[in-house]
Amino acid sequence: MSPELIRGLCYIVASIFFVLGLKMLSSPLTARKGNLVSAIGMLIAVVTTLTAMTEVKWVWVLVGVGLGSAIGVSAARLVRMTAMPEMVGLFNGFGGLASLLVGWSEFHWKWAATGEFELFTIIAIFLTILIGGVTFSGSLVAFGKLSGTITGRPVLYKGQNIVKAVILITILVLGIFFCAQKPDQLNAGGTTDAYFLLIGTVVLAFVLGVLSTIPIGGADMPVVICLLNSYSGLAVCAAGFVFGNNVLIVSGSLVGASGIILTNIMCKAMNRSLANVLFSGFGAAASSKGRSYQGQARPVSAEDAYLILEAARNVVFVPGYGMAAAQAQHVVRELGELLDENGAEVKYCIHPVAGRMPGHMNVLLAEANVPYELLVEPQDVNPTMEMVDVAVVIGANDVVNPAARDDKSSPLWGMPIIEVDRARICIVLKRSLNPGFAGVDNPLFFKENTRMLFGDAKASVGSLVSEFKQ
Amino acid sequence: MELNATTIPLLFFVFILAMSLGIELIKKVPSQLHTPLMSGSNAISGITIVGALIASGRQGSGITVTVLATLAVIFAVINVVGGYLVTDRMLEMFKSRDKKGGKQ
Repeated sequence: MSPELIRGLCYIVASIFFVLGLKMLSSPLTARKGNLVSAIGMLIAVVTTLTAMTEVKWVWVLVGVGLGSAIGVSAARLVRMTAMPEMVGLFNGFGGLASLLVGWSEFHWKWAATGEFELFTIIAIFLTILIGGVTFSGSLVAFGKLSGTITGRPVLYKGQNIVKAVILITILVLGIFFCAQKPDQLNAGGTTDAYFLLIGTVVLAFVLGVLSTIPIGGADMPVVICLLNSYSGLAVCAAGFVFGNNVLIVSGSLVGASGIILTNIMCKAMNRSLANVLFSGFGAAASSKGRSYQGQARPVSAEDAYLILEAARNVVFVPGYGMAAAQAQHVVRELGELLDENGAEVKYCIHPVAGRMPGHMNVLLAEANVPYELLVEPQDVNPTMEMVDVAVVIGANDVVNPAARDDKSSPLWGMPIIEVDRARICIVLKRSLNPGFAGVDNPLFFKENTRMLFGDAKASVGSLVSEFKQ
Repeated sequence: MELNATTIPLLFFVFILAMSLGIELIKKVPSQLHTPLMSGSNAISGITIVGALIASGRQGSGITVTVLATLAVIFAVINVVGGYLVTDRMLEMFKSRDKKGGKQ
């Protein structure tokens, strides 16, 4: 067998490992092993690539791998679980940047060494740089919004869609010029033009990434993170076409597909189209807030809330971003255990878009040692909601807003919700009566069977726990 | 791979098939594992390190290519190493009720 054939086979093995790894992610029992399998696939791909190279600049490779590993290891070790969304966003951005640099490097090499571009290759290089750049700057903005460095509110300005359209058209025109460069032009002193076009593409890609992410509000971040995840995969695919390398194309497609599916799930869970998420700046427009609700909210003290919970046989917790912000997951688990000891059946119902990224609440509750069997989805709880004695809403708002079901004029109309208003009693833990991220009033707070426990989620749950222990 | 009229369609063939396979696989991932799925697939997108390595070893390339490719290696490795480790850290926390009972 020729070395080339063996290497080809090794790349296939690496691809199979990636596929198996993803397949094992379909159950919490096998997921951890699946991650390891996927990592082994990566190792195989890297080693195979190194053996295929005629000239390895070892010093540089070791510097790159060493530095990258040091940063990666420390970041992965140090990050708090509540900061996971911005971490994933940042890593995603680095992936995009790496693809951009690969495309740039190939461009420079071809340009300096041969002065020749195959049309197919130059198109692939252009797409690698463009998608990689959008991924990078978009992810940085997402990182800023999620970590609170940039405002989480949508940033809107007049004519933003026109500005975006102009930039898109400019990129398209630039792309045509970029890809249509003739080799002889390059050799005959046209070289600076080529580089001018390249830098222009990089800059415009960055601008496009920023402009497409900045108008999106914090509550819509799960969609954006998924979309950027998918872009980073597509950038890898484009790089795969530059090199004619199958393992890049396969893995890039897997990531791209994963991002697309998650984006789709998130949009469905909000009953909105992707276009609506990307262009409307939801929550910023004061025009359509739906009906406004007024009434008497019924506040309770921790002591009264304890008496309600103490008598309950069936309790459902509904966590939201407020739980993450208050870092309340550990006290929530403690309260859940106390209720369980008290003879109640305890479940945690998690809405797909609760928090700032898909599965955000699940990770936090897993960190707090809540067994994953207790984490359920809205469709598991809604049909039997009448049987629930107490639903405890912790820092969630829009995902439990009955207006989504009852009020056609509400911007949330049609969004699948957790129907806690149908439970016998609903205790809402909240700082104040302020509307949620979408800026929509929540009639749940004024319902007869709703009790408001005002205050910081962690402090409120903590006082419930101490009531139980007394 | 030499890019020509025979191999280019093959690449697209691989692209389409892998995309379809990916969609089928990811559909089966339960929502509670969506965060690890994202960070795990993120780590996979660090496969661009393969491209970065090839780029770094181009014969007759100057310092510009070396610098660009090395930077690409750094960022891709952060993505790979950080991504897999953080995913492992998260998945380690997902435990079943039985296992927890034994531990406490």
